[in-house]
Amino acid sequence: MESRLDKLRPGQKGVVVSIDGDGKVKRRLFDMGLTPDAEVMLRKVAPLGDPIEVTLRGYELSLRKAEAHAVVLEV
Amino acid sequence: MRFALAGNPNCGKTTLFNALTGSTAHVGNWPGVTVDKREGSYRKKGVKIDVVDLPGIYSLSPYTPEEVVSRNFIIDEKPDVIVDVVDSTNLERNLYLTTQLLELDAPVIIALNMTDVLQKDKRKIDTEKLSEVFGVPVVEISALRGKGLDEMMRVAAKAADSPRKGVSFAGENSGISGLYRGAYALYEQAGVNNAAFRAVKALEGDELEKNKNPRIVEQIERLCEEGTDYEALVADARYKFISSRCKDAVSGKKQQVKLSKSDKIDRVLTHRIWGIPLFLIIMLAVFHLTFSEDFLYLGAMGAIPEIAEPTIWNDIFGNGAINAPGTILFNLMDIATSRLGEVIAGAMPEGTWYASLVNDGICGGVFSVLSFIPQILVLFLFLSILEDSGYMARVAFIMDRAFRKFGLSGKSFLPLLMCFGCAVPGIMATKTLEDPKERKMTILLAPFFSCGAKMPIWAAFGAILFGGSHRDLIVYGMYVLGIAVAIVSAILLKKFVFKGEASAFIMELPEYHRPQFRNTMVHLWQKLKHYLFRAATIIAGATVVIWFLTNISFTFRFVEDQGDSILGQIAKVFSWLFVPLGFGMGENGWMFVVAAFSGLIAKEMVVSTLGTFAGMEEDALEVEEGQLLSTALGTLVSGMAGGAPAAFAFMAFNLLSVPCMAAVGAAYGELRSGKQIWAAVGYWMLVAYVVGALVFWIGTYWWISLILIALIAAAIGVKVYVDKNRKKKLSLGGGAAKSGD
Repeated sequence: MESRLDKLRPGQKGVVVSIDGDGKVKRRLFDMGLTPDAEVMLRKVAPLGDPIEVTLRGYELSLRKAEAHAVVLEV
Repeated sequence: MRFALAGNPNCGKTTLFNALTGSTAHVGNWPGVTVDKREGSYRKKGVKIDVVDLPGIYSLSPYTPEEVVSRNFIIDEKPDVIVDVVDSTNLERNLYLTTQLLELDAPVIIALNMTDVLQKDKRKIDTEKLSEVFGVPVVEISALRGKGLDEMMRVAAKAADSPRKGVSFAGENSGISGLYRGAYALYEQAGVNNAAFRAVKALEGDELEKNKNPRIVEQIERLCEEGTDYEALVADARYKFISSRCKDAVSGKKQQVKLSKSDKIDRVLTHRIWGIPLFLIIMLAVFHLTFSEDFLYLGAMGAIPEIAEPTIWNDIFGNGAINAPGTILFNLMDIATSRLGEVIAGAMPEGTWYASLVNDGICGGVFSVLSFIPQILVLFLFLSILEDSGYMARVAFIMDRAFRKFGLSGKSFLPLLMCFGCAVPGIMATKTLEDPKERKMTILLAPFFSCGAKMPIWAAFGAILFGGSHRDLIVYGMYVLGIAVAIVSAILLKKFVFKGEASAFIMELPEYHRPQFRNTMVHLWQKLKHYLFRAATIIAGATVVIWFLTNISFTFRFVEDQGDSILGQIAKVFSWLFVPLGFGMGENGWMFVVAAFSGLIAKEMVVSTLGTFAGMEEDALEVEEGQLLSTALGTLVSGMAGGAPAAFAFMAFNLLSVPCMAAVGAAYGELRSGKQIWAAVGYWMLVAYVVGALVFWIGTYWWISLILIALIAAAIGVKVYVDKNRKKKLSLGGGAAKSGD
């Protein structure tokens, strides 16, 4: 099933399919390892509801839901 | 020979740099502590090698200014060897940068750092295999334990002898290999260096490369297919190459199932409900331990009896309450410096001008700064522990949502937090922010965060106001006032100056680790050196100048009454400007005006200038012989014509005005525009003046706050009304457009 990174529940995993949009933010997401076939898991959501913390490629990454929405996942 | 240390943020480059060069650069546990390159030298058996520590980068496609620093250095300055520092506990993402560094025409060696942590996890990296895959030497090191460093330098020195041609694994091993080879050939024909690197960058549509070799890039762009995302293809190819070729290099798997210690701590500290209250409690505890005169509120609870005839021990440890550790250290230092001052005064012939210069000028000024050093160090000890543990990066995570409301991101929390120590590194750390709007705004807000040099003002005034009780709350209150002003100011700036969307927030969260004792001590030692240096140079020098200016008249005669002195005369002319702030009022008002202006040079000057005045005014203000310097200051402050509100206004003005010349210099270094730096200085002075006046007037006539609240409520009411009308109009307009369809 296709989903997006901001739609995951804590503890849920997914595999990156593609990243929408363009420009610097997309480039940064690639650099941080969010490329096709990368496995990600949503660790937690910050106390105020945003940003989120995900585990990928063996480390912890924090990003906002707005940016996470650009990440298309297969869950 | 010159080696450059390159690698991801927080991979241990600075620790390695310190270990190699014996230097004591600051190391922190969050990404982006090093924002500028740093040079040192490695000496062993008569060999001297220059080592350059570069800011951490995730990629050679610069996203932030600090990444530009690293990229430019590697490409333009051509170090003899690039030492690629790789965090072996996070191999995959670290090797992503490695594949980019290997595209350059330079000898590269890979230094696998933190291998000791890996061993603890019962994992191992096959270095031979890795070396085979990448075609460069690979060495295992532990920068923290100092293991494998000499071997690494030996391997690097050997690598420097054989030139290396750049290789692009991503270009060669992907669907775009044909295109890549074509681009590579174009650069080779043109005789441009770093052909592999440039070919990949041209395919990615890199702006810097477009400016550098516009003709070649244009040719390559003609070969590219419209609508294909080459950037994505390259990034994908890099990670695919790493995961397919390096998979077997690591044996043993990270235990994902069991919660690590780091996870357990994190669960509590970033808890949905407890996260924010915990942060506030932790910060309050830090201030309580540092500044409180009633430790754990034992005195308020009546647990400690008050002694009728206090001894010197009561001066140190408190009477009727126990002082917090930071306060005890302050008292010890204060007593020590004032005793020393008495000894020096006793050795000088009384009544001579040079005795006055030494006692009132130099000793009065410098000692009043020195006595606050222990307390400042205690505060930094706590902040350093919190930072080194990795907690501060989590605070950025917790607070991001709140920061976004003000047009900032959780990332600007880090530079702003550094401003609590000193605005200079704080302003320099804005290099880690990718969005120029956010960077400028963070620089503008930086001085509002109370730095270490301002602390003596709060501590001194806190000890005087309300008879010295609630000193920790006064100090904490000044920090809170600074934050509150920064928030209001950020809202206004976002509304009127820096309009538009907030920037992105994409940040690595480092693992928690136990703070390193050595690291913390090095940090404190640096702070101590910094303060001692400033006390001995700027502050001692400026106090002498101020002493002369306050003791000599325009006709170059020594004056009886300081009001007749050069500075006194000038300040008296301008002190009316500060009557609305309260502290310009009265006979001694000009002294506070001089102190506030000396604070624009360096904030340590405020207390030392007042200390100088208090020392000289002793007779006039009837201070008993032999009393502590802070007491003389106390008489001066409690005698202010505007009363306590004027004292608070004075504190507010010093909190918010231009922090010091060094900070203005740092801000200029980041803004790079004469117009903008003048705007910034003007903004800081305006905010300081307005808030100072508000503090004084509300403090004097509390009902003014009611008028203010009414005005704010009215403004919000008008805004809501206008918004409603606009929405109505919009929905009407939208309806019309629909019917038109």
